[in-house]
Amino acid sequence: MKRFDPYLPVLGVVALIVLWYVAVWAQVVDPVLLPPPTDTFRAMWTGMTKGKLGSDFMHTVERTVYATAIAAVIAIPLGIFLGASERLYRSVEFVIDFFRSTPASAMFPLFLVLFGVGDRTKISVAAFGAALVILFNVAYGVMNARKTRLLAAKAMGASRLRILMDVMLLESLPQTFVGLRNGVSLALVIVVVAEMFIGSTDGLGNRVFEAQQLFAMPDMYAAIFAAGALGYGLNLLFLLVERRFVHWAGK
Amino acid sequence: MLTPAAEVKSGRAAGGSAPAHVTVRGLCKSFGSAAVYHDFDLDIPRGKLVSVFGPNGCGKSTLINMIAGLIPPDAGEILFDGKPLSQIKFGYVFQNYREALFPWLRSLENIEYPLKLMGMPKAERRARVERLVAHLGVKIDLTKYPYLLSGGQQQLVSIMRALVVEPEILFLDEPFSALDYEMTLFMREQLQRIFMETGTTTVLVSHDLEEAVYLADRVLLLSRHPARIADFVRYETPRPRTDETLSHPDFVATKAHCLEIFQREVRRA
Repeated sequence: MKRFDPYLPVLGVVALIVLWYVAVWAQVVDPVLLPPPTDTFRAMWTGMTKGKLGSDFMHTVERTVYATAIAAVIAIPLGIFLGASERLYRSVEFVIDFFRSTPASAMFPLFLVLFGVGDRTKISVAAFGAALVILFNVAYGVMNARKTRLLAAKAMGASRLRILMDVMLLESLPQTFVGLRNGVSLALVIVVVAEMFIGSTDGLGNRVFEAQQLFAMPDMYAAIFAAGALGYGLNLLFLLVERRFVHWAGK
Repeated sequence: MLTPAAEVKSGRAAGGSAPAHVTVRGLCKSFGSAAVYHDFDLDIPRGKLVSVFGPNGCGKSTLINMIAGLIPPDAGEILFDGKPLSQIKFGYVFQNYREALFPWLRSLENIEYPLKLMGMPKAERRARVERLVAHLGVKIDLTKYPYLLSGGQQQLVSIMRALVVEPEILFLDEPFSALDYEMTLFMREQLQRIFMETGTTTVLVSHDLEEAVYLADRVLLLSRHPARIADFVRYETPRPRTDETLSHPDFVATKAHCLEIFQREVRRA
């Protein structure tokens, strides 16, 4: 039976679809609110190939990638800098934790005032949220560098800069990837929410919202699944990159 | 009871026949209110293997960490042929090889790393490592990452990393404590061979008296803190020492003597 183990994850998907069919067949929910899976997947296929869903998907990808990239470019060097001195990090820890705990959606009005209606606001709020998550993880990764490894480098005569570049940076990589994965997930959440409101005309959030307004339920579900697939795919992408470059993690 | 001065003298006398390589004078170190070292003097003879042994928490590791510059002493002077640490090459082997090696580098690159720090070109580094490997007769696939090697192999990589710079002095902090018994016995032989091949002044911290005596030319017995030299015992059975050495009257007597001093120091507390 063990050889079927790799297919176990498929079971949940099949069960969900069966359950969905049963719910539609038994009319548990108003058919208008819950279309059958076939209609939904057809809407997804046509939307992605011919309709607007494809371009909305790409807009959301673009914003999320920009936001995460900006966040990473700012947060990784800053995290290393702060993490390299534990006392320095302790002195800004409260500020970081406070804003990390603040819902980024509460910052929309402020960023709207700063950047106006448009992509700049969406991307910068998402980048803000993601940056704090990445920053916190990178700093902890650097601070938790194995003391023995730092001492070993010191004993071999490495300068402080060399220790930072050759040891601390690499030691923090596994934790940095945890930060990047969490950061990209958060950025996607913020981008999708931003696309639903504040004068948006495209993106997956906008697609979901518009479909709901028009009562085009298969389209709405299709957009929701597209967003889910995007989130899952981004996470998987980072995981694969991590396995490739941080081969020693957990060993 | 010996006065501190007399003890110091006996300590120096033991190392006296061989010229001193490392001289420690007036070393002081406190952790919080506990004085681990107070006005501590020691001579480490050249080309000898010195085992450091003593009660738990007496500061064995602290001593070699201070000599190797990993912990700053509060006061005192440590010189190597009259030179400070910054002017000499030394190697250091940690107990925890898993955390001491760099898992992102292959074993070979780990061994090369200190040479890289010295700014040696790549080709020369490779040649140097190859020479060392041939010299020690090491049979490990060094293209593997350290975490793919066994514990003993990883510690051997650590030792090679320490040796590759051709150090004037080698420090080992309980290098075999994290290995199983079989591997420990094997590694003792490896270390003995390395010492016979290179003749590098070596300081070995050990928590195993048999190991400490078996490998040593001198056994440095420390008291509880503030640490004094309880005794600096000579053990001059010629190398290579083997399993038979362990039952030789000389070895048994030396070990018994060390144990007696150790027990005396433990009871003193």
